[in-house]
Amino acid sequence: MKNYFPQRLALTPYLFFTGKGGVGKTTIASATAVNLATAGKQVMLVSTDPASNLQDVFHTELTNKPRQISQIAGLWAANFDPVTAAAEYKESVVAPYRKLLPEAAIANMEEQLSGSCTVEVAAFNEFAHFLTDPDIKQQFDYIIFDTAPTGHALRMLQLPAAWNQYLDENTHGASCLGQLAGLGDKKAMYQQAVATLNQRQLTTLMLVSRPQKAALVETARAAVELANTGIKQQILLLNGVLQTPNDRPSQAIFTQQQSDLAQMPANLTTLPAYSIPLRPYNIVGITRLKQVLQEKQPTIKLQNTTINDYPDLTSVIADLKQSGKRLIFTMGKGGVGKTTVAVKIAKALAQQGKVVHLATTDPADHLNLFQLDVPGLSVSHIDEKQVLRDYQNQVLTQAKQTMEAADLDYIAEDLRSPCTQEIAVFRAFAEMVAQKDCDVMVIDTAPTGHTLLLLDSTQRYVKEVARTTGDVPPAITELLPRLRDQTQTEIVMVTLPETTPVYESLRLKVDLKRAGIAHTWWVVNQSMLATATTNDCLQARAQNEIPWIEKVRSLSQQHFAVIPWQSDFEQTQLR
Amino acid sequence: MEITLYERALCCSTGVCGPTVDPELLMITTAFETLQKTAGVTAKRFNLSQDPKAFSQNEAVLAAIKADGAEALPLTLVDHKIVKKGAYPSLAELSQLTHVSLAQTETAGTKDNGGCC
Repeated sequence: MKNYFPQRLALTPYLFFTGKGGVGKTTIASATAVNLATAGKQVMLVSTDPASNLQDVFHTELTNKPRQISQIAGLWAANFDPVTAAAEYKESVVAPYRKLLPEAAIANMEEQLSGSCTVEVAAFNEFAHFLTDPDIKQQFDYIIFDTAPTGHALRMLQLPAAWNQYLDENTHGASCLGQLAGLGDKKAMYQQAVATLNQRQLTTLMLVSRPQKAALVETARAAVELANTGIKQQILLLNGVLQTPNDRPSQAIFTQQQSDLAQMPANLTTLPAYSIPLRPYNIVGITRLKQVLQEKQPTIKLQNTTINDYPDLTSVIADLKQSGKRLIFTMGKGGVGKTTVAVKIAKALAQQGKVVHLATTDPADHLNLFQLDVPGLSVSHIDEKQVLRDYQNQVLTQAKQTMEAADLDYIAEDLRSPCTQEIAVFRAFAEMVAQKDCDVMVIDTAPTGHTLLLLDSTQRYVKEVARTTGDVPPAITELLPRLRDQTQTEIVMVTLPETTPVYESLRLKVDLKRAGIAHTWWVVNQSMLATATTNDCLQARAQNEIPWIEKVRSLSQQHFAVIPWQSDFEQTQLR
Repeated sequence: MEITLYERALCCSTGVCGPTVDPELLMITTAFETLQKTAGVTAKRFNLSQDPKAFSQNEAVLAAIKADGAEALPLTLVDHKIVKKGAYPSLAELSQLTHVSLAQTETAGTKDNGGCC
């Protein structure tokens, strides 16, 4: 397989980088942007991940307004924060009426515009705008999108078609367009967005994956789903391929990677594929971003270090068992191993005699890859399509009691609005948390961005519920108090001993604190340090871990554990 | 005759976008669907998040909100005069105001089943 040199490929102007959390989407998208700009192109790099790390990568403050990256001529970057987009959208709607309407009316408008659909719609409008703006297209040779992890990104890329179809099929004048006022020109924009996404000459899906089974399986799924949406031009990028094994740990990684690549899902084998070798350094800052995609690499410098004896996961599990907490969440950046840690905790508690339910809120549902046949352990996940159908049926059943058949169409139409999905997922989450037929509920959350939006909607809905007149299920009213109850709930923050996962966990910690949700434990996953490797590349990586493990040690006030990188992970844990 | 509802900010007129479904909104949606199809009746609904302009152009509505805040909503107006404030009209009240007989669903259901075969 050839190495990836973006400046040598004939790339389309719109490039979408997507893939499982932690595969290096942001790194590879940024490195692509830097290398194309260095080659003299005009490049716009946009992150659509609510938990974007673009700022960390460039050491630059970014907003939703494109900003020139000072060290590289021709490179611009922006960060779409859905919450900011929603705030700006809200202001654009309310501002013209500030002088015309009484204060109470303005307050009521603002309250509603902080509601269910606005965040998603506003972020999506911003994205659609970028995809269709003629000035942006003219000014830039390449417009590169760094998207959120697969589940979330899939939804965003499918939304133009979804809204477009909804507007097409809507016969009642579309009451449930939420905040999509000014229908006419928006519809044209969505149509154009769909057309742009579907043209091979314009848009390429850059599927980033690690040479690992779970990442490849998820990539294959995304490739199929997005091809079905119409995005057929796709390239596969394999990030972190180990090149020259020379000791036991490196040989184990090499063998695992090559075997997983050989058994890659069939639909991926037909795509043009390029690899990016595993690098010994953290890819942060302009110099490294340039370097990572170059043939010539710096020589590796190693230091003399002593291996620390860090506490392992058993101490966390013992504390969780002893505390009697009923709700345990694993949270963190995509790809840090939240699911693995959730599985380990759930299995251990079940083996110690607890009745455990393990569930995931991640639409990508990685639980189905794991071996989970332990007595006392049951498993479930939120199937977004299924919960939407359930919610639609429930509302229609309720509506049938008071409405005529013809008028039911009206409700059915509102229920097809892409907005309704969010409500359905939220309700399913509330019911999941409310489940009572187990001693312990272990919940593996989706990557940070998705989880933040879920927490955000939890807080918003609490306000909406307070003023609603409909029947509120107890699961919803009890959700936030339950999450905030420290005697019942524990959040285990999972990270890797690297720059961006630690920074992202730090931001998540702040968000949790703001939401009034406490957390104590930190888990550093996949530490190479503990393997005592003598391979230069791996050893350099291991040494880079030390400052990050030490940072977690002090952040967590010693409430932390380190899980060594496990060479037989796939054989022992996965199905 | 013209009947107009000025409602609180809603994401959609059926309310199914909110965290719960409000049966009252479903009832109003049905009733207004019927009224809109009735000859001689103009039936309109405005909600603050989607039609703020309609609010800003109606003096009576503005005055009511200034006096009672958002609690004044929903407002029901018949031929530009406020007839109900702070709550939706019931089906019986709507029938009385518009002189249109708005059938209860039970009857509609029976009729539907009966007329089927």
